[in-house]
Amino acid sequence: MNRVLISILRKEFMHIWRDPQTLLIILVWPVVMLLLFSYAITMEMRGIPTALCDLSETPASRHLVECITSSGFFELVAEDVTPSAYEELFQRQAARCLIVIPADYSGDFINYQLTPVQLLIDAADPNAAKFIQNYLGSILWRVSSNQSNGTLLTFSLSPRFLYNPDLESTYFFVPGLIAVILLLISALLTSIAIVREKEMGTLEQVLVSPARGYQIIIGKVVPYIILGFIDGVIVLAVGVYWFDVPLRGELWQVLLAMLLYISTGLSFGLLISTVARSQQTAMMLALMATILPTIMLSGFIFPVESMPLLFQWVSKIVPATHFLDIIRGIMLKGVGLGLLWQQTLYLVLLTLFLLIVSIYKFKTVTE
Amino acid sequence: MSDPVPVTTLPPAVVVDRLTRNFGTFTAVDQVSFNVSPGEIFGFLGANGAGKTTTIRMLCGLLLPTSGNATVHGNDIYTQPNRIKACIGYMSQRFSLYEDLTVRENIQFYGGIYGLRRETIMQKTTELLQELDLVDKADQLTGALPLGWKQRLALSTSLLHDPPLLFLDEPTSGVDPQSRRRFWLLIHRLAAEGKTIFVTTHYMDEAEYCHRISIMAQGRLVELDTPSALRDKYDCDTMQEVFLRTVSGSPSL
Amino acid sequence: MLHHNNQQTGHRELPPTPAVGSAGSGAATSQPALLAEGVSRSWGDLPVLIDISLQVASGEIYGLVGPDGAGKTTLIRILVSLLLADSGRVLLHGHDTRLERQYVRRHVGYMPQRFSLYPDLTVEQNLRFFGDLYAVSREEQLERCNRLYRFSHLAEFRQRRAGHLSGGMKQKLALSCVLMHAPEVILLDEPTVGVDPVSRRELWDILHELRQEGTAILVSTPYMEEAEQCDRVGLINAGKFLAEDTPEQLVANLQVRILRLRTTDPWATWQRLLEAGLGLQVQLFGEGIHLTLAADENQVEVEARLRQAGISFQQLYPVKPGMEDLFLARLQQVEAVSSEVITDV
Repeated sequence: MNRVLISILRKEFMHIWRDPQTLLIILVWPVVMLLLFSYAITMEMRGIPTALCDLSETPASRHLVECITSSGFFELVAEDVTPSAYEELFQRQAARCLIVIPADYSGDFINYQLTPVQLLIDAADPNAAKFIQNYLGSILWRVSSNQSNGTLLTFSLSPRFLYNPDLESTYFFVPGLIAVILLLISALLTSIAIVREKEMGTLEQVLVSPARGYQIIIGKVVPYIILGFIDGVIVLAVGVYWFDVPLRGELWQVLLAMLLYISTGLSFGLLISTVARSQQTAMMLALMATILPTIMLSGFIFPVESMPLLFQWVSKIVPATHFLDIIRGIMLKGVGLGLLWQQTLYLVLLTLFLLIVSIYKFKTVTE
Repeated sequence: MSDPVPVTTLPPAVVVDRLTRNFGTFTAVDQVSFNVSPGEIFGFLGANGAGKTTTIRMLCGLLLPTSGNATVHGNDIYTQPNRIKACIGYMSQRFSLYEDLTVRENIQFYGGIYGLRRETIMQKTTELLQELDLVDKADQLTGALPLGWKQRLALSTSLLHDPPLLFLDEPTSGVDPQSRRRFWLLIHRLAAEGKTIFVTTHYMDEAEYCHRISIMAQGRLVELDTPSALRDKYDCDTMQEVFLRTVSGSPSL
Repeated sequence: MLHHNNQQTGHRELPPTPAVGSAGSGAATSQPALLAEGVSRSWGDLPVLIDISLQVASGEIYGLVGPDGAGKTTLIRILVSLLLADSGRVLLHGHDTRLERQYVRRHVGYMPQRFSLYPDLTVEQNLRFFGDLYAVSREEQLERCNRLYRFSHLAEFRQRRAGHLSGGMKQKLALSCVLMHAPEVILLDEPTVGVDPVSRRELWDILHELRQEGTAILVSTPYMEEAEQCDRVGLINAGKFLAEDTPEQLVANLQVRILRLRTTDPWATWQRLLEAGLGLQVQLFGEGIHLTLAADENQVEVEARLRQAGISFQQLYPVKPGMEDLFLARLQQVEAVSSEVITDV
């Protein structure tokens, strides 16, 4: 066995053990993130403060209002609001939308009288505005189809949500979080660990020994591969056992994909450490080069398809995009790595490329 | 006074020939040439920034020269840096120990990166701890040790692989007189065993402990001789005066 | 003007008379600039300082020497109120540092062991920054910068980034930064470590100049030739003062005579002296060896013993002991006592 490598490895593990604060953060932080994303940032709105202006005041209109409020999405905060007074409500942020039922509203859908119900939405938060529009639209659609018994519409859309029938946002977040956390651990921690030794001057002492560049690099990164892997498993376990995220594919394939992705992150981290001279620089570079694209451009939160074309291309370079394809595919759709060979191949090639560049740059002799 | 340099027929431990290193337009080391004999304690003096550390880094295979040649134990510094690294010990002015590891762990780590066998490391660790009188502190974090101990520990760890040549860059900086004497006692014992010692220092009394002294100023080697010959040459009583004479002629950089 | 020769003799006159009026507040003349009384401090169960008292007058350089880990840095940090003592008090011009920390901050300059300059700022920007930190007015900053440049010879490097200065210049700049707010008391923790002899002398020239102007200076150093330049020196070991006096008096109190032995190969001779066990304290000093004589021994007798042991030498002559002799002798005494205690048990 390679004695030099083993002693570098052992020393690196000691550094990790000697710093229990950081270790604790590394192990607890992913779980906290997961809980935050799952409970705090759910992608639905309830009890939207709503103002109402019912100009019709008929049983039909009251039925409509009843349907709207009983859905739970809307909560009436003001009634009989004059169309001229709504602006003040919006400015005070007392209401987010105003529903205006016209005077000629009859609820008579059978005779096909088009009666426009007006909806004014505070679109300062465009995402929320879209939610409100969709909620009200679907309520109105249900009310009208109930009354008309469906006879009026020539077709009806009956969506079936596959792979995530309840549209649980955790299904979506858990794979995404695994991507973020693995990258953070592997890229950020490795680059900092190497640059710290540069700053301390101990790296020089190691460089002056016959230890080879590859031994130093492997010795420094393997502990973080393990640490990252443990973190990934923690998030996966919490996701599957606590949030009931399905794991339809093979577990070993998920783990393999995670290992591959960690290696990609590590090679990023190595490259950063060959460039950065201080820990701060390493940290900023790691955040900018890995974390931000992962969150913004990989489809973790914002669907790739809704991005401008340029960013869609960029997202094709971001490794997290491909990792998300792989892990969502395996976990939610139950497909195997065989079907996802393109994404897998991309990650392998990217990792090799980054590794070669950084080993080339990590010279034991300064020019 | 007779020349105290060990007389030897062995080839020189270090041969430096017109070694030069530029950083951009700045010439840190300028056409420096000298030889160091095996078993010699070679003192390397100079003002801060005179080019001492740069020279040492080149000889240790950490930095490539801009021009000139040098061999360390017959190994070329351009083409055989790995063979050089195997036959030198290096201790720098900055702490080379991991402060968050214990004394024992530091020794074992440095033994490990020089590829020593496990049993050898165990045996050497026990020996070293006894020699340094650190047995009862073996499992303390190195960061908590007084400076003088750290310095001797660092020296010992750089000796684990029994290198014939030692580079010491300001090894006693900030160490009190008593600890410095203990440290030099170790150095002289090593030299007596036949090891070559290449040492820089700002303590001029330590310069007297060297067999030969070289003085660098602004990247150039301005003096190279035995302490007594230098004192005679400048007609000074102490090395401190010799140093001030040779260096203060030029503005310190 | 700086006088290079003053490090040899100029300041060696006997006990410091507190400087007159020049140092700031009028009250200062009657009391020491810095006064510590019965300061103790432990780290956990480990006592680091035990009942330390000292005073530094205006216009005095007080040297703090001792082996590594003796408690020097802890003491200095307590004196500048960065660390609280477990007991005892520190007065600065009569102001209790524990109660009036703002006063202390304004009137004290402190240079820690690893003084951090901003490497990406230029020499001048560093100085200006420290001036701003202490709310020194712009005009005054300019004046002080120029004065400090005169001291430190850094004027031609004023536009150079601090990170590109050599070790010696960095220390001079660090000292200058500490002096930007014209403190009346300055405390320097090993300011000359890692600094070459030339820059070290320049740094001490600055200290002597400040002393002339009435600044109270406390400085710790591992260099004994620097300790000899102080007005008074405290030798501290294991958290206690072993001795405190003027360098001359300290050495005189030692009551030993030192013989210097010159030989071609001091190391071999030294080894042989140790092996011969002549009952003498022998210490290597540069190219010579110092033999410490007990009260009842004389040179003739020692010479005879050396010849008997077959130790050749070129010269043997008495020298005046210096601070380094004192340091080694006092610590050896302590060690002898403690090893006796151990063997008794």
